[in-house]
Amino acid sequence: MTTLLLGWLSYGTFFLVFATVFAIITLGLNLQWGFTGLFNVGVAGFVAVGAYTSALLTTPKGPAWPVAAGLVAAILVAGLVGLFIGAIVLRLRRDYLAITTFGVAVTIQTIANNATPLTGGPFGVQFIPKPMQSWLGTGLSWTLAYLALSLALLVIVYLALEKLVASPWGRVLRAIREDEITASSIGKRVFLFRLQSFVIGAMLMGLGGALYAHFVGFIAPEDFLPILTFQPWAMLIVGGAGNNRGVIAGAFLVWAFWTVSGGLLRAWIPQAEQARAAALQVVLIGILIVAMLVLRPLRRSRI
Amino acid sequence: MLQIIADGLIIGSVISLGAIGLSLTLSIVRFSNFSHGELLAWGAYLALVGTTAFTASHESLASPIGPFSFGWGLVISLVVASALTALLALLLDAILFKRLRKQGAITLVIASFGAALVLRNLLLFWQGGVPKYYSQNLQIAIAFLPRRTYGGLRFTPDQLLVLALTLATVTALHLFLRYSVLGRSMRATAINPALAQVTGIDPERVLRATWLIAGALAALAGVFAGVTVQLRPTMGVELLLPLFAAVVLGGIGSLWGAVLGGFIVGLAESASVVLLGAEYRTAAAFIVLIAILLLRPNGLFGEKP
Repeated sequence: MTTLLLGWLSYGTFFLVFATVFAIITLGLNLQWGFTGLFNVGVAGFVAVGAYTSALLTTPKGPAWPVAAGLVAAILVAGLVGLFIGAIVLRLRRDYLAITTFGVAVTIQTIANNATPLTGGPFGVQFIPKPMQSWLGTGLSWTLAYLALSLALLVIVYLALEKLVASPWGRVLRAIREDEITASSIGKRVFLFRLQSFVIGAMLMGLGGALYAHFVGFIAPEDFLPILTFQPWAMLIVGGAGNNRGVIAGAFLVWAFWTVSGGLLRAWIPQAEQARAAALQVVLIGILIVAMLVLRPLRRSRI
Repeated sequence: MLQIIADGLIIGSVISLGAIGLSLTLSIVRFSNFSHGELLAWGAYLALVGTTAFTASHESLASPIGPFSFGWGLVISLVVASALTALLALLLDAILFKRLRKQGAITLVIASFGAALVLRNLLLFWQGGVPKYYSQNLQIAIAFLPRRTYGGLRFTPDQLLVLALTLATVTALHLFLRYSVLGRSMRATAINPALAQVTGIDPERVLRATWLIAGALAALAGVFAGVTVQLRPTMGVELLLPLFAAVVLGGIGSLWGAVLGGFIVGLAESASVVLLGAEYRTAAAFIVLIAILLLRPNGLFGEKP
């Protein structure tokens, strides 16, 4: 009985950690899209940059930095990638941002897969250190501690974002989202505001990637496929763009749907067909989101 | 050295045909269609299913035509697959994009991203992930120039056919857009939809024609990719970045821009195989994209400042 209970508790903790990490990533996306109207189709790329940065800097084979330093580096490097892309594209027509961020995700994936000396190629990075493990062991107590850490970070990120979007800075962002020309005619430098919002969003995605890497202890290029861009979008749409609390709820709901549908498919479909079942799962979430777009329109936004 | 150019032209043919359709939907339906790559993949696989069916029922359709690697079975399947893919594009519009058009371009982009995931994974579910080929026949490349002249120049008969058919298709499309009533309505809608409607052009008809042409060209590009490389369920998403790079490079809405952009991206890819290694070929398209956005964001033939 206790083992069963412990099993469920451990499963639940795993679920909550992943959902929390997704919530942080989606909050980043919400700042970009929900509050500024910037369309990022390369979320997976920014998450991958964060995950790889922190993983490579903290592994015993690399410089073996402390995990906290790895997290900070992940945030900074993801932000730098955002700065580079944003500086080029944010002055141009809006769908160029979508195309270019998609290109970022594809290119990061290519580098992760092929720069084997740096990234480990298709085998990825192994033995990524798990923080606090030396005194908490590998069991449930560590998972619970990691959950507490991620939840604490989520709360900090949430509170900081709420403060930001309520500040004069956030008001300008919303003004730009609603009417760019008016915002610029009252003297706001639209490009700079957009760039700041894009970079902060990218940083949060990097933080999410690093948290994922240190929780699982192993990352590979196939962890950062386009589905990882689509999941945060699904969470954002379900939770409601421009609503930080809603977006967090959306992350937990969509992740629950994803986990349950995956579990059911695995239970029903024979072992030999599992790869095909995984494909079917993606089809399901795709249809869910597309149906939601048709039935529950996104906030209107001008191109 | 010369062979890099030859390979670039073949990859470029596939990218050009795909990019034309993408550019047309971007300028007429007015959104970046992230599911366009999946139309290429579906076209290629529909043709594969067709060939398998035809050659199973009529042995004679499998035997290679002249110097080529494939038989009449693939030719018939190509036509059928183009028609079916054109209908698939139209179907996607009818059940999805049409309903979202009022919500603005960005909703359409998210929807197309979702549609791409659904289409790609359906294909993976249906056909499995193992690469496939239209024909097991090997082809011997014809040497046009001997090795001592800048490394020589070789094409297989299949590659030459792909190049010729691409140029023929583009020319036909050019004549269609330039002289036919429907083609001119399409160009008018691209430039100014409101004014086009005032002159009596039915916008829905123009949109339908655009989807049909984009779908048929995508199938053609997909089959050409299958003939010259191989078929994989992920071929569509892998080609998407080169397609977008070609469209941006050529200038949105420009037919010859998309063609030229396609060939330039193709040449960049084949050059990157030599310079960086085959595995970094996708990065070449990204570099081209960033370069054009920095230097000339409206593309080579873009009109709007």
